[in-house]
Amino acid sequence: MELKDKLVSSFFAFEDHLEDASPIHDIRNEAIKTFEQKGFPTKKEEAWKYTSLNSVLKHDYSLFPKTENAIEYKDIKPYLIHDIDSYKIIFIDGKYSSHLSQTTHDGIDVCLMSAALAKPKYRLVIENYFNKAATKDSLPSLNTAFSSEGAYIHIPKNKLVEKPIQIVHFSTGNEAALMLQPRNLIVVDENSHVQIIERHQSLTDNPVLTNSVTEIFANKRAIADYYKIQNDNQNASLIDNTFIKQKQESHVSVHTFSFGGKLTRNNLNFYQNGERIDSTLKGITIIGDKQHVDHNTLVHHIEPNCESHQDYKGIFGDSATGVFNGQVVVEKEAQKTNAYQSNNNILVSDKATINSKPQLEIFADDVKCSHGCTIGQLDESAMFYMRSRGIPEKEARALLMYAFSNNVLNSVKIPEIKQRITKLIAKKLGVNIGFDL
Amino acid sequence: MLKIDNLHASVEDKAILKGINLEVKAGEVHAIMGPNGSGKSTLASVIAGREDYEVEEGEIILEGENIDELAAEERAHKGIFLSFQYPVEIPGVSVTNFMKTAINETRKAKGLEEMPANEMLKLIREKSELLEIDRKFLSRSLNEGFSGGEKKRNEIFQMAMLEPKLAILDETDSGLDIDALRIVANGVNKLKSKDNAVIVITHYQRLLDYIVPDYVHVLHNGRIVKSGPKELAHELEEKGYDWIKEEVGA
Repeated sequence: MELKDKLVSSFFAFEDHLEDASPIHDIRNEAIKTFEQKGFPTKKEEAWKYTSLNSVLKHDYSLFPKTENAIEYKDIKPYLIHDIDSYKIIFIDGKYSSHLSQTTHDGIDVCLMSAALAKPKYRLVIENYFNKAATKDSLPSLNTAFSSEGAYIHIPKNKLVEKPIQIVHFSTGNEAALMLQPRNLIVVDENSHVQIIERHQSLTDNPVLTNSVTEIFANKRAIADYYKIQNDNQNASLIDNTFIKQKQESHVSVHTFSFGGKLTRNNLNFYQNGERIDSTLKGITIIGDKQHVDHNTLVHHIEPNCESHQDYKGIFGDSATGVFNGQVVVEKEAQKTNAYQSNNNILVSDKATINSKPQLEIFADDVKCSHGCTIGQLDESAMFYMRSRGIPEKEARALLMYAFSNNVLNSVKIPEIKQRITKLIAKKLGVNIGFDL
Repeated sequence: MLKIDNLHASVEDKAILKGINLEVKAGEVHAIMGPNGSGKSTLASVIAGREDYEVEEGEIILEGENIDELAAEERAHKGIFLSFQYPVEIPGVSVTNFMKTAINETRKAKGLEEMPANEMLKLIREKSELLEIDRKFLSRSLNEGFSGGEKKRNEIFQMAMLEPKLAILDETDSGLDIDALRIVANGVNKLKSKDNAVIVITHYQRLLDYIVPDYVHVLHNGRIVKSGPKELAHELEEKGYDWIKEEVGA
């Protein structure tokens, strides 16, 4: 059976065992209809021109894994930022693991979507925010139809959450092939600040397909910093759909570090609803083999005096392929917008490919919008300069690539993440960088 | 220390060096002068191991060993240092981190342990004082946004850190004001010993007032056409290069 048919036919059984009183009952039913009608996106659609899902849709994925796997902290520790104090929301094969997690209700809610959907006290927030940012495209709709678990984070006003929150999804390989659809909702109220780290990690080589949706709402003057670490196994694929709605004077940043996985598609969408908003989108992609990473970004400037900063760096080796499709829309009312976009790529091999496509749609006349895209090889005179100082070719290459991606790391506010990413970069490039940060 | 024998080199099939012979002994300073396009920078790059140049004939011997086949980093490990005419900007790598990497990679190649952090700091402090370099400067990205003088001073700072056996200074005086020239020359002179050697490549004689050569060679059209004592530099300064061209052309 085709994956689409399997999903549609299993939906009713899935919805049946949930409570009818669920506040999102109608939303789910509506969403499955949308997915059924649209199906999985194909290369015929402009937004999917360079990314084919065929190779990841062919597996017979389990949609509702039954068995629970005994995973201990030591098994997952390498994948956590473990040298800082943090809240943790850990999922094993899509199911919440209470013994590995550390949640809280002490002044803030760092807990589970399943709890938020079930308990009346969260009803208002769910009604106000759930599915209010996600689009009705086929993949977000598919996630919405099946959404039942994920992270639920609500930071009431005037809270500086000192500990970062780690949301990590592990798959254990208990199922021959597994499809996961986590659903996260993050609401940051006035003047509050939260930092979140998200990761998807398969612990075996069994195929995994994750179609995740994260909705982030940053209210007045809220600050949210989101870090996505994508370094999964070669048989794991991720479709990340993230939607961010910002109110006036809020600052939201999303850093995406893509080093692993078979196919990764990041649909990252920012909607600015207010003045003096700041949106930051940064990414480092370093891939090889036949890996594929696609960044599809949108920044929608709706009101005046807002800024957006996009900076994506990519290093592509072997037969890897990359896509950057950056759309910036500046509405007629959004005067004095300052929108910056940059996408720089290095192709290390003759067979690697990058498709870079900036898309600026500007309807206002008093704005500052810039974009730049480069595709090149490593600078040979820089290589000779370094080698003439005794730095061997491989290390010189790595140092240059590290330097190339370095300015993306400058805006990372958590030093432990910076360190971890530097180590991952070094590992990915196959060298010891040779110095600390 | 260095012996160059009948060296021919070309880039993209264009012959640049057409039979260079040069011998540099430990403790000596040699100046190589010559008009633009005579092959001075090419000679420096070929000795340092730049791969864009094809060595067609002849050999380069360092301390009895033929280094023709060695990569640039291997030559550096053996003690060759090239101060670049145009130092390359490397955004994202600080001067300090660059030097740490260079020193530790060189030590690794020699089978030594990495230099302990406190020793490294001490060395950096000592050598930056020698070149009158501000500490803040060391945490900046390598050569990025440096003035011409800062770049050259930074080159000699690197030389001081790496303590090469054979230092080749390619047009180190270009872009230097008189104060910077003095600092750079003073640095080079302090590093000079009976065990190392310096090749100064320059178009003008003024640097040679500060770094006094034992021998001066004139390079023209890919060959050393005249060699002499330091007074030759003054003669070139006064009379220009045309008389050499005539002498050779005749």
